[in-house]
Amino acid sequence: MPESRPAMTGRLGALVALVSIVAAVCASAQQPPGQPIPPIDDPALDARYQALIHEVRCLVCENRSIAESPSDVAHDLKKLIHEMVLAGKSDAEIAEFLAARYGDSILYRPPVQPNTWVLWGGPAVLLLLGAFVFVRIVRARAAQPIEEDEPE
Amino acid sequence: MWRYFVPVAVLAVLAAFFYGGLHLNPSRITSPLLGKPMPEFSLPTVRDPAASIGSADLRGQVTLLNAWGTWCVECRHEHAFLLELARSGVPIYGLNLKDDRAAAVAWLDDLGDPYVTSAFDADGRVAIDWGVYGAPETFLIGRDGTVLYKHISPMTPAVWRQDFVPLIERECGSAPCPSLGPQ
Repeated sequence: MPESRPAMTGRLGALVALVSIVAAVCASAQQPPGQPIPPIDDPALDARYQALIHEVRCLVCENRSIAESPSDVAHDLKKLIHEMVLAGKSDAEIAEFLAARYGDSILYRPPVQPNTWVLWGGPAVLLLLGAFVFVRIVRARAAQPIEEDEPE
Repeated sequence: MWRYFVPVAVLAVLAAFFYGGLHLNPSRITSPLLGKPMPEFSLPTVRDPAASIGSADLRGQVTLLNAWGTWCVECRHEHAFLLELARSGVPIYGLNLKDDRAAAVAWLDDLGDPYVTSAFDADGRVAIDWGVYGAPETFLIGRDGTVLYKHISPMTPAVWRQDFVPLIERECGSAPCPSLGPQ
């Protein structure tokens, strides 16, 4: 990074500053990337591997799966999942392995359990609540007598 | 009455959730290891590839396990405080991550070595077992090898006082306790 740069003002400057801070924070958690991971010869296994790495959250730069993340820890986890798939581990075993170490939040689809009931059930509950309110309003309106237009 | 109560109640519930959400840190990831036995490991040490250090060495005392690497900028920031903790008698074990051995030894020689011993985790596999996803991270390990706490990001005097000291006091009870660090 250059030692000094001309002062930037306004929103663009703030944006550039923010982006460079985020980049620096991400970079500080990184190391040089390792060797690229080769695809698995067996197409079925490779499809499972690809699906798995899109289901695992990268914890360093959030909101990206490890498939998309260039971070070093994501690379290590991909390598590990690669090995586990080749070793014949099931998807469930791999998910359990990761969750036992990094917590359920590493899985984009965490298991259904008491602390995720709201997460899994919330949308359905809200939808039902909305439907209930909708039906009530429609019925109430339907029960109203139709009034004559008021004369001008 | 109902027609006013329901929307207000819904709003109140949402407001409560959002207010709670304001105080959550999305990057805070608590370790599923807390309260569980520490993951077993055995690794060569940073200074001597022939010597080994492992989970067995950590048992029987209240210790810290600190993940570090010479590539880690923040580790340099916390280093002075780790030295201070070590000087005051807190046993700190290092878990050196994916590093160059010579660079790691040079780091310890140049900046001072706060570690009782530092394990050399060349491929980062032990770090994965510990749920480490970067450095620095610091674990507090109880006498029986239980993981008591995990702190992500540099260790500071404030973090030490607020998060570590109460747990160490509780862990020790009336038994002889390791130093509680610089007070």
